[in-house]
Parts: sequence; C-alpha cells; structure tokens
Amino acid sequence: MIRLIDVCKEYDNGTKALRGINMRIDDGEFVFLVGPSGSGKSTIVKLLTAEVTATEGRVMVNGYNLNNIRQWQIPYMRRTIGVIFQDFRLIEKKTVRSNLEFVMRIIGATPREMRRRIPYVLDLVGLGEKADVYPNEMSGGEQQRVAIARALINNPQMIIADEPTGNLDPQRSLEIMTLLERINSMGTTMLVVTHEKELVNRFSKRVVAIRNGELISDAQGGYYKYEKSV
Amino acid sequence: MKNRFNFGYFISEGFRSIFSHGLMSFAAVCMIVACLLIMGSFSLVAINADKMLSQAEDENEFLAFIDETYTDAQIQQLQNQVLELDNVDSVTFVTKEEAKDTYLEGHEDDGLYANIPDDVFRDRFSIHVVDLELFEQTVDQVRALPGIANIRAAGELAEGFVTVRNVATVIAVVLVLILAAVSLFIISNTIRLATFARREEIAIMKMCGATNSFVRWPFVFEGLMLGIAGALISFFAQWGIYTAIYRAVVANGAIGMFPLITFTDIWAQVLGIFMLAGALIGACGSGFAIRKFLQV
Repeated sequence: MIRLIDVCKEYDNGTKALRGINMRIDDGEFVFLVGPSGSGKSTIVKLLTAEVTATEGRVMVNGYNLNNIRQWQIPYMRRTIGVIFQDFRLIEKKTVRSNLEFVMRIIGATPREMRRRIPYVLDLVGLGEKADVYPNEMSGGEQQRVAIARALINNPQMIIADEPTGNLDPQRSLEIMTLLERINSMGTTMLVVTHEKELVNRFSKRVVAIRNGELISDAQGGYYKYEKSV
Repeated sequence: MKNRFNFGYFISEGFRSIFSHGLMSFAAVCMIVACLLIMGSFSLVAINADKMLSQAEDENEFLAFIDETYTDAQIQQLQNQVLELDNVDSVTFVTKEEAKDTYLEGHEDDGLYANIPDDVFRDRFSIHVVDLELFEQTVDQVRALPGIANIRAAGELAEGFVTVRNVATVIAVVLVLILAAVSLFIISNTIRLATFARREEIAIMKMCGATNSFVRWPFVFEGLMLGIAGALISFFAQWGIYTAIYRAVVANGAIGMFPLITFTDIWAQVLGIFMLAGALIGACGSGFAIRKFLQV
C-alpha cells in the first residue's frame, strides 16, 4: 500500500517538483500515473523507492514510513517493491537466467529456490525458452519482459513501472501492458508511470494525473477524459 | 528468505573482478610487493642489529681499575657503591694475580710474558651493564667514583649497533608509512575502477534491495586477494634476497663474531606479518573506494 499525505519535494537547486500531493493506492490496485515531462512523475517514483526524501508531508510504502526510515531498513523496504525501467537496465554480460539469479542472491535465495522460481517466472512472462540467452540477443519487448521477470522474481508486494513501454513499438507496448495487467490480476499492486495516452485508454484503470507537481485528477477512466477536464 | 553470507559468491565475484581490469590489479600487487619488501628489508636489518646488540649486551663489560692505595675494606665499600648504580648488572672483583693469570691464558705460546711480575697488573672490577644504550653514561658514573683510578671500555661497538638498529627502525617505519599510503591509494583506485565499471550493476543491486554489505563484500574480497597475492610474492622475494645477502655476508666473514639470523628462524613471523599487512592494505583500500558507490 502507498500513502502520500501533503507531500512536497523541493530539490537543492530550488526546483519544486511536488506540491502537496495526496494519494492512496491500496493493495492489489492497478494505477496509471500520468503527466507531461517534468510534471513530477519520476520524483514520485524516487520518493517511493527511497532514493530521495520528501521535503514536507508523509510517505508510507508497504508498511514503511519513509519519513523516518533508518538507512539499514531501506534495502528491506525495497525488497517489497519490484521496479521496471524504460531502458530495461539488464546486465548485458549475464544471461537471462544469471540476471535473475543475481537479484535472487541479494535476498539470500538458495540455488534450489532459484532453480524452482526462475523457470516459473520466465514462463509467466513468456520467455521460458530464453533462459540462456543474453539480453543483447533479444528484442526490446523481450528485454522488457526480462526486466518484468526480474521485478517479479523476489515476489514483491508491488511493482512500480517507470515508463515501461517508452522504448517499444505500439504492439510490443500493448503486450507488455497486458502482461502487467495479468500480473496485477494475480495480486501484485501495480503503479505504471507513463505518458502514452492511447495505451492508458485501452485499459479501464484508475488514472492519477499530475502537472507541475500538483495532482490534478484521480479517477477511473482514461487519459483523454482527464485531458478534457483540464 | 534470510540473508546468508554467500562466501563462494563473494570470492568468485572478487576473483572475476581482478581479471576484468588486470593491469590495475597488477599495478596494485606490484605496489604491495614493493611496500612489503622495503618494510621487510629494513625490519630484518633492525632485527639483526637488535640481535647483535643483545649478544653484545650479554658479553658486555668494562674494567674499572682500583686505586692501589685502597685497602680490602675500602675495595669492598667501593664495589657496593658501583653495584648501587642503576645500569650496573654485576660487579666482580678481580685481583691483580687473577688478572695476570687470565692474561697469560691468552698468551700461553708466548714465552716473553712467562715471568711477568704480579704488580704490573692492578686490582679491578669487571662490571656488566644492563642496557647497552646507557653504556657511556654508566662508564662516566663509575669513573667519577673516588677510588677508581682508570677505566677500560670499548663502547664504540655497542654504540654502532644501537645506531644501526635505531636508524633501520626509523627508516623502516617512515618508509612503511609512506608506502602503505601509496599502496592504499593504488588499491583504492583499482577497486574504484572496478566499482565504476560496475556502477550500473551496483545501482540495480541497490534498487532490488541489496544491503551495503552485500554490495561491498565482493570488492573487499578483491582487495584482500590482491593484498594476499602481494604478500605471498613479497615473502618469497624477501626469502630469496635475504638468503643471498646472508650467504654473501657469511662468505666474506664480514660480521664474523656476530652471526646473522637465518631466514628459516623467522620465516613464520615474516609470513604472518606480510599476510596481515597485505590483507589490511587490501581490505582498507577497497573499503575506502566503495563508500561513494553505496549512496544509491
């Protein structure tokens, strides 16, 4: 669960990225976070992953209060979240399997647990046959599926996808979004940050819109609906 | 799932990293070897000087000749006065007859001294000192006592050993400090290079919930392995160099009366100190290097 209460964020250079954001995302929800470039979407993601701290207000993620979280607790908080990036951020010199083992090792998984979990997750994202392939031998869509598998591998409570389809063509983007929807249907909370209107409109999900650091809309429905209301 | 200390993983990652930037690793090992060899060489000089000094201390004595007008009672009183001095270990009274006998023992084959009269010699004290560094001071104190007619002492040798030991120790300490700093810098840069090459990987690890220690351990092991490799190479190099010098010195009979320590007597201590120093330099160097990259 995510709770943002009157959250403001001002960077050291004086940029006010967020101004009094209030938002609540319950367990199991699928939420699109939309807004133009520079609107504050990435700052919200950074707040949720504890890369930055709020200047004002309260931030709660999966039971952790990020306002007074201790440094040693941050890794454990991050283990409750899977993060997917626009540029995949896979390790090129490792195979798909090694990329996943690498992340499982972080939480102390045994080789047996890895042997059991990795094929399951790769099957889930449709890459059951690609375990021994290197990322640079795969298409963009496949690489993003590996990134999704990596986000899922430690069975997080929530996945935050930061522009997950930004580097993909419309067909691949649709496939990825459908996959995220399927993962959400299995119980994982999903926060998808995007500015792709058509894609958002194809899914009837909750859409939170921000602009200039302020929350301007939070409703079920598509991006266009929000745009008309502005 | 619990956090486990994955020793095998940390070692294999550290090992892989060493070869991924081989040239810097080689430079780091060379610096450690240079540092330890110089430290070892000066330390061995100091140890040998110290041993010679101890040996000299064991045999060290000087003679204090007694005023010929002194009676037995006065001599006894004077002996007690000498014994009360701080640095005096023992005082033995030697009569002129005993002195003559001892002298003649050293010249048995020389008929010239056979009929030498007793009164050529003087009654004397044979005085052993505790600390050779205070030798001259003790001689002066004894000389100042009433009843002491003259002194015969060879303090130059003792002073020479003290000087060699002190100079070698100071040089060893100064050079070790300088070279340790340089080695730390090189190791630190080697590891920094490794962390820079893997900064994306580290960022992903941190984002996936890796603790700082999980990220740090492979780099610490890398530094440790470089340090230990440097220590082992230095140990064998030191062995070879020392043995060569030892043989040359023994062959020349340069310090005949003071035998040098053989390397086999001290190899375990040298190996232990080298390993400890190498491991410390390696681990500390990598610890410094990685700090910045953990702030994700």
